[in-house]
Amino acid sequence: MIDPASSDAAPLVELRSLDTLWFQVGGTVCNLACTHCFVSCSPTNHTHEFLRLDEIRGYLDEGAALGVREYYFTGGEPFLNPEMEAILEATLRVGPANVLTNGLLLDPGRCRRLRELDDASDYSLDLRVSMDGYEAAANDPIRGEGTFERILQGVRNLVHAGLNPVITVTEVHDDNGTVRGKERFFQLLRELGIAKPRLKILPVFQIGAEVERGGAYASWQRLRSGDAPVDGWDHLQCSTCRMVTDQGVWVCPILVNEPGGKMGEALADTLDPFALDHPACWTCHVYGVSCKT
Amino acid sequence: MSNRPPGDDAGKRQRTSTKLTAHRGLATWGERLVPLGEFRDAAAAAGQELSAAARATAAAAHRQPVDDATPIEGPFGRIVAFGGVYNNHFALEALLAEAAGCRAEAIYCLGDLGGFGPNPEKVRPLLEEGGVLGVQGNYEESLATGREDCNCGYTDPRDNEFADLSYRYTADRCSPETRRWLGSWPLRRRVRVGGQELLLVHGSPRRINEFLFASTSPVPFLDVLFDEQRCDGFLCTHTGLPWHRRLPSGRDAVNVGVIGRPPNDGATDVRYALIEAGADGLEVQLRSLAYDHQALAAEMRAEQLPEEFVETILTGWWTTCLEILPAKERAASRF
Repeated sequence: MIDPASSDAAPLVELRSLDTLWFQVGGTVCNLACTHCFVSCSPTNHTHEFLRLDEIRGYLDEGAALGVREYYFTGGEPFLNPEMEAILEATLRVGPANVLTNGLLLDPGRCRRLRELDDASDYSLDLRVSMDGYEAAANDPIRGEGTFERILQGVRNLVHAGLNPVITVTEVHDDNGTVRGKERFFQLLRELGIAKPRLKILPVFQIGAEVERGGAYASWQRLRSGDAPVDGWDHLQCSTCRMVTDQGVWVCPILVNEPGGKMGEALADTLDPFALDHPACWTCHVYGVSCKT
Repeated sequence: MSNRPPGDDAGKRQRTSTKLTAHRGLATWGERLVPLGEFRDAAAAAGQELSAAARATAAAAHRQPVDDATPIEGPFGRIVAFGGVYNNHFALEALLAEAAGCRAEAIYCLGDLGGFGPNPEKVRPLLEEGGVLGVQGNYEESLATGREDCNCGYTDPRDNEFADLSYRYTADRCSPETRRWLGSWPLRRRVRVGGQELLLVHGSPRRINEFLFASTSPVPFLDVLFDEQRCDGFLCTHTGLPWHRRLPSGRDAVNVGVIGRPPNDGATDVRYALIEAGADGLEVQLRSLAYDHQALAAEMRAEQLPEEFVETILTGWWTTCLEILPAKERAASRF
């Protein structure tokens, strides 16, 4: 048993302000089963179910009273949720929204409706489309056979509707995050007709399905309070975010498949500090990760 | 236009199918597969569930107003506020002439004197002669504390390269006296205009380098900020894009913009704010300011500053550091 007061104990992160509220709106249900998915999403994974509009409204009200600045939607695949467009409409009345999608359900009609939602709001709507390689040979072994072309078509449909997605790439291949790799992604996006390409690179988290693909964390990959940077832990996203799933409120988007990541039922239950005792917390610190756009 | 799946062979379908049905009746607990009920029970038991009263107490404690002993300046009937000089001494001269012309009782600069433009030492004498009162920006904080970068926090390597280049240029030409002078500026001021108490900051009332854009600063968030800071309005800068929002609660959030470069709108004028006490609370004008932008461009070229920066001055479109723009502001941008 480690003495919680010792420098070997897991550090505690204060919730400085609740700026970012995440919703696991697609649960862990996805139309893909990517080999690096840190929450192991698949068509049959019902660890978390879809969030309903009426549930989300309650959290939007509570979040507004706490001063939430922006809302993020992920899954699973958010657009599998039949209420997704209504959820975005309700959200864009109170603040900016970001949707993390695999792009497969972005047909022309949906893209047009998303554009209408964007036009009707003073707040920004950002679509984040995931892709794991700038060519099919790199992307498809991770995300599934034939997905590269389908993702590109989804992106084209967004562009045709006048929306400019942020392409989100994991460092599942060594060169994805290098300057050369980024240039290849920018080139691909320009070829798709995107004049102002936007790219976000994320490291992989060695949990969930990724354990089988890339391996698990080693025992030394964990944070101790003695590791605290001079400026404290404010660079970590969990100092300014919480995550809502159909089973309550969790500390962040990464730990939803760890019951230890759950903090309460209402947002007000989750305003206390959180102990960074999961190895994934090590990745956020060492790589300076924020899942935010 | 459709993005339906292409044809697939039977072998591939079989492998995919195994993967896609692997979770039937099971949950993923970390990397283990467990019966769904086992995970759900553990999740239900985790965390805390407070009573309604305890929730109200926790929420109130979270939004606790800050203790702020900043002295209150004023009251004034009319002030001018501007940000982001970016070494643009031509625009600063034009601004000071305008402020005198409209009989502003006080002139406030919300920080970021350096970067981007030429010859940083030309700015300080103008500010001193004009009696301008300052708030530190991230540039001043970085220069005064000897930081290695401007603390803008970009992740795109191209943005970082340009940010680094312009910070180095300013840092190398800033005298120790100027650094000390900048370091003596406060991080915030409180100013009374008419009956309203305004908080003057660089980025946001909470953080010196927080970007407050119109499309990502929702009303409920601003209301909580006002409650925490106990003010009737705030003036900020840092993003380069001016906006003003009168909240239903009657309070005013104002980003005064910058005078160092145009607000990414395809015209060469820059922006500042004229704030007056009106019969109905504050009257806020975000005003256009013309200045000799050709002379600035010539001096930037003489100093061999990047042509990308000069282009912004001549065309009114930003060419670098676009990564920070949210979707709506980026959509309105040329690049």
